[in-house]
Amino acid sequence: MKLDVSAMENNFAAHAAGGEDDGGLFGAGADLPAMELPTCPADFDGFQKETKEMLKHKKGTTTLAFIFDKGVIVAADSRASMGGYISSQTVRKIIEINPYMLGTMAGGAADCQFWHRNLGIKCRLHELANKRRISIAGASKLLANILYSYRGMGLSIGTMIAGWDEKGPGLYYVDSEGARLMGSRFSVGSGSLYAYGILDEGYRYVMPVEEAAELARRAIYQATFRDGASGGCVSVYHVGPNGWTKLSGDDVGELHYKYYPVEATPVEQEMADAPAA
Amino acid sequence: MSRRGDWVYENNGGTCVAIAGADYCVVAADTRLSVGYNILTRDHSKICELADKCALASSGFQGDIKALHKNLAARELLYQHQHNKRMSCPAMAQLLSNTLYYKRFFPYYAFNVLGGLDSEGKGCVFTYDAVGSYERTGYSAQGTGSALIMPVLDNQLKSPSPLLLPARDAVTPLSETEAVDLVKDVFASATERDIYTGDKLEIVVINKAGTKREYIDLRKD
Repeated sequence: MKLDVSAMENNFAAHAAGGEDDGGLFGAGADLPAMELPTCPADFDGFQKETKEMLKHKKGTTTLAFIFDKGVIVAADSRASMGGYISSQTVRKIIEINPYMLGTMAGGAADCQFWHRNLGIKCRLHELANKRRISIAGASKLLANILYSYRGMGLSIGTMIAGWDEKGPGLYYVDSEGARLMGSRFSVGSGSLYAYGILDEGYRYVMPVEEAAELARRAIYQATFRDGASGGCVSVYHVGPNGWTKLSGDDVGELHYKYYPVEATPVEQEMADAPAA
Repeated sequence: MSRRGDWVYENNGGTCVAIAGADYCVVAADTRLSVGYNILTRDHSKICELADKCALASSGFQGDIKALHKNLAARELLYQHQHNKRMSCPAMAQLLSNTLYYKRFFPYYAFNVLGGLDSEGKGCVFTYDAVGSYERTGYSAQGTGSALIMPVLDNQLKSPSPLLLPARDAVTPLSETEAVDLVKDVFASATERDIYTGDKLEIVVINKAGTKREYIDLRKD
């Protein structure tokens, strides 16, 4: 049987006296204007992975969250960069999923933003179906299961889901490699090592909210100081039994002078004392 | 890219800028379209008016941009039929984000700036990466000249970060005519140093009265 492909035949070649298999898109006519098909590269899907690396915002980031006796503190910087270029200094890396739950983002900006938006929808639907808010464990597991299903496909997400549910404060670390960990203190991103340094040093379970916020702020500040890919503003949130509140947002440039006030130094005096060579 | 044959995208160059004011928005892009060192056309529009108070400017790969604009225009038409109203600019912003992320594993090679008026009539600018992360800002530049233009816009327009608490007033301190003049200046400067920017500048001004387009000549070398 011969397929009827008359609709696909090209009209510009006035092929004379065509044989049975002459002309048409599948024809083998030697004098027809034909396009050579590109050969399929050995690594057919390889280019996609490389393309994505060129296109997407990578967030060199510092985020942290910890549980203490009065709830959960969540803090993050606000810089986004593409290679060496700072593409934004005002990114919202702490996502407000609902009034009792926050998510932090590190890794690919679009991946984090999209899947947190998606998680927000799923949490709201859970609330409508079950007439109660989803637990932090449940929400983080929804996200972890999605991310695990995309494992190996190049998503880049490192997130903390923090909030308050029926059991009290909750904090989970979820990443695009499939990990989902429960814990009392986490820091994620390129500046996390610096933040951990401050956080581990100053952390106690029993602390006033103000002290906890200051610890988080200082940890993020020190990370922006030593990590070039972190910067912008330091945002600090607190989640308590009545939901989250934003405690502070400070520009790092101004925060620096709060931690290190400028003192007048007697520079000119030293120069005057130097012996003439 | 490891092998040339694997690269399925082309960068056709071009620069897009948008500035939002209290009651207006300026969206601008040059009209040059190049491949490598070749200029293919000097009169190619990069700006698409998607809803009545909403304009999208995109640079990158012309084929992907065309497909993206057609897709969004079709979605906006469907929205009109289903809701009996035009889509708002913030709604279009999230639609664009989702449309870009939908092709996460084979992205549109397009760098977008969306400008317009929000539901309160205030100017808004949304800036994107190629896979759909987006942010509302007061001004933005995208494309080949963005690294030349963005520092100048920061210098002239930078307002306190919206993340600050207590919040501080963050309105672009320019009138509409001043903003248009600034856009003309930054493009004239970018044209001096970016080979992919030039020929003509297309400016779309959106305000309460509607939208108007104007064209200014840039260097053609």
